[in-house]
Amino acid sequence: AMDTDLSSQDRKDLDKFIKFFALKTVQVIVQARLGEKICTRSSSSPTGSDWFNLAIKDIPEVTHEAKKALAGQLPAVGRSMCVEISLKTSEGDSMELEIWCLEMNEKCDKEIKVSYTVYNRLSLLLKSLLAITRVTPAYRLSRKQGHEYVILYRIYFGEVQLSGLGEGFQTVRVGTVGTPVGTITLSCAYRINLAFMSTRQFERTPPIMGIIIDHFVDRPYPSSSPMHPCNYRAGEDNGAVYPSVEDSQEVCTTSFSTSPPSQCVFTVTKAHFQTPPPVVTDTLKVPVMGLAFSHQLSSSRLSYQPAALGVGSADMGYPVLFAGGLNAAHPHQLIGPGKEGGVPPIPSQPAHGTQADQERMCTPLDGVHYSAATPSSSEDTETVSNSSEGKCGSPHDLLETIFIRKVGAFVNKPINQVTMANLDIPFAMFAPKNVELEDNDPMVNPPDSPETESPLQGSLHSEGSSGSSTGNTHDDFVMIDFKPAFSKDDILPMDLGTFYREFQNPPQLSSLSIDIGAQSMAEDLDSLPEKLAIHEKNVKEFDAFVETLQ
Amino acid sequence: RTRRRAHPGAAPAMNCRAEVLEVSVEGRQVEEAMLAVLHTVLLHRSTGKFHYKKEGTYSIGTVGTQDVDCDFIDFAYVRVSSEELDRALRKAVGEFKDALRNSGSDGMGQISLEFYQKKKSRWPFSDECIPWELWTIKVNVVNLANEQERQICREKVGEKLCEKIINIVEVMNRHEYLPKMPTQSEVDNVFDTSLKDVQPYLYKISYQITDSLGTSVTTTMRRLIKDTLAL
Repeated sequence: AMDTDLSSQDRKDLDKFIKFFALKTVQVIVQARLGEKICTRSSSSPTGSDWFNLAIKDIPEVTHEAKKALAGQLPAVGRSMCVEISLKTSEGDSMELEIWCLEMNEKCDKEIKVSYTVYNRLSLLLKSLLAITRVTPAYRLSRKQGHEYVILYRIYFGEVQLSGLGEGFQTVRVGTVGTPVGTITLSCAYRINLAFMSTRQFERTPPIMGIIIDHFVDRPYPSSSPMHPCNYRAGEDNGAVYPSVEDSQEVCTTSFSTSPPSQCVFTVTKAHFQTPPPVVTDTLKVPVMGLAFSHQLSSSRLSYQPAALGVGSADMGYPVLFAGGLNAAHPHQLIGPGKEGGVPPIPSQPAHGTQADQERMCTPLDGVHYSAATPSSSEDTETVSNSSEGKCGSPHDLLETIFIRKVGAFVNKPINQVTMANLDIPFAMFAPKNVELEDNDPMVNPPDSPETESPLQGSLHSEGSSGSSTGNTHDDFVMIDFKPAFSKDDILPMDLGTFYREFQNPPQLSSLSIDIGAQSMAEDLDSLPEKLAIHEKNVKEFDAFVETLQ
Repeated sequence: RTRRRAHPGAAPAMNCRAEVLEVSVEGRQVEEAMLAVLHTVLLHRSTGKFHYKKEGTYSIGTVGTQDVDCDFIDFAYVRVSSEELDRALRKAVGEFKDALRNSGSDGMGQISLEFYQKKKSRWPFSDECIPWELWTIKVNVVNLANEQERQICREKVGEKLCEKIINIVEVMNRHEYLPKMPTQSEVDNVFDTSLKDVQPYLYKISYQITDSLGTSVTTTMRRLIKDTLAL
């Protein structure tokens, strides 16, 4: 039989490659539909856990789902691994957009070298997948998700089902890799009949001009310096929601040989280290897996609610986006408990205090609700006064969400908010504290400089552009009196015009004020000779330190 | 549409496959469109850094990737996470764009990305550069009259670029000739090892502007005397 031609070591390696290739394929596809830009860092030294020499993060929930679907099997003839991407609107309509298929056919390439050529070609195929996932129509839809629809994924194993894609769907082939046991093919069938769901329908809100808070973007966890590409690190303390996830992670360390192929050296070692515990968020009872990682700055518990989407557990889709969170945290959209099928947006500032937080998180357990439309520019100033009914039972001590606003072509970002209380992050002051955007948002109300009242406060509430009658009332919105193009920012109650005016008059930096500045400068100068003396004394230590670096 | 033909002038023993892509873009879209194509090709033609160990084995570093959104085109693409590589491509594309603009031509030109291997020759002959893959992007710059046309152009060019990416991936998937993995002493004949985080195959970028008379002026990025080729 054909298996006897393949050495047992090669066969083992091949199976392992295919398994991890399947897992990485799922990661790439799901991450490409999260609705945000993905960024990973190149590293010149192999880390040993980067399969196929590519930096592709592993979102634990996604891996879990993939492993569950595969149930220990590998793609084989007639048994394909499929990732289904679908869209679900706030009204509950859903539609399949794409089916990504990882299939195996019978055409074998006996001559090919497993540990070398197959491995490198699988790597190339993953790169192709990275490229192709950005060019199908669902990519743009997924970048705009959040307000009116979300993108879900579902993994299944077995026969490919394309009937949900509507008529005339198209197929794009990502690539194939021949192996001694069959040819792996990766392709995507995607719906083109988006007639009743054209992207235009979801473009009612123009892209939001906002502020890039880079250090919150694309990074699940804070690190000490901003402006770095994604760096996935496990959270420090979180409960493992998935005890079934393997404790040991197979590590791929590859060595290649430039001598003739028969001397190829390939080692795969099992490194026993804890799989990074999944980061979860304890807020909404929504099966929000994938996004939990990209949007959480710190850990909390994810509530895993298989039934939340009202779909059978066997074939449920998991929102790739933190759907509930974005609505709950959306300042303009409050979801009252007990309301079904979407709630008309209540465009107003929530009541004071952390109660507002609690309200927002009260997404009813029986469904995920999405706001239908974003508020128009003529906002009501109706204050939501349902603080009494808004109280959900669960005391959510951590409303962990991230304030994200982006500039760029695809900017309809959902917003979640982070409580920064326990986090030590840079620019923490610019992160929204608990809730009241207008009050605590330093962009709107920057901290007063010691000497003078912030001119921003003045400018915000004057000029008639903001409808707030008095200073920091929480109830009122900033009323806009004109509508600059693309100025609608329905994440923050501040429009482009206001933003622009505010930033024309930023508060004086305290370090620039003469006395404080001069004072510290003088101090610095005075202490210099002393410091120099100390450093000179320690010069031997410094030299030794430098030695160790070389 | 891509066409394949043997690269003229290649050594008879070795065929250089050549792919041609054509795009029509507005002036301000030239840079992003070129970068999208070049980065997509280089994504597939770059590996992690090689680290040679004893006994002729080597290990490979990790290639990171990142999404890039275009400002003037409704399009996004993935590139290798390497600032050095990005800078090199931006420099080349910037020069191409300037040349297009200054040429006074009808706005037609082409930019080429060639992958080659070096073959050492004995003195006094200099090393040969043998190309094994050549990508040519033909550009036609259009002028648009109003904002509405520009908006349509944004979308149309975005769709076109999606097609180009699919074409590129098709070619890559053919698994045709790739240089043999080199020994340590040969690695610089196959790969560009000068970057600190990734290792593309040796490549060079050149461009031609077609002026209205149909003649073309060739400039090679790395040529020292390019200044004297002012149009």
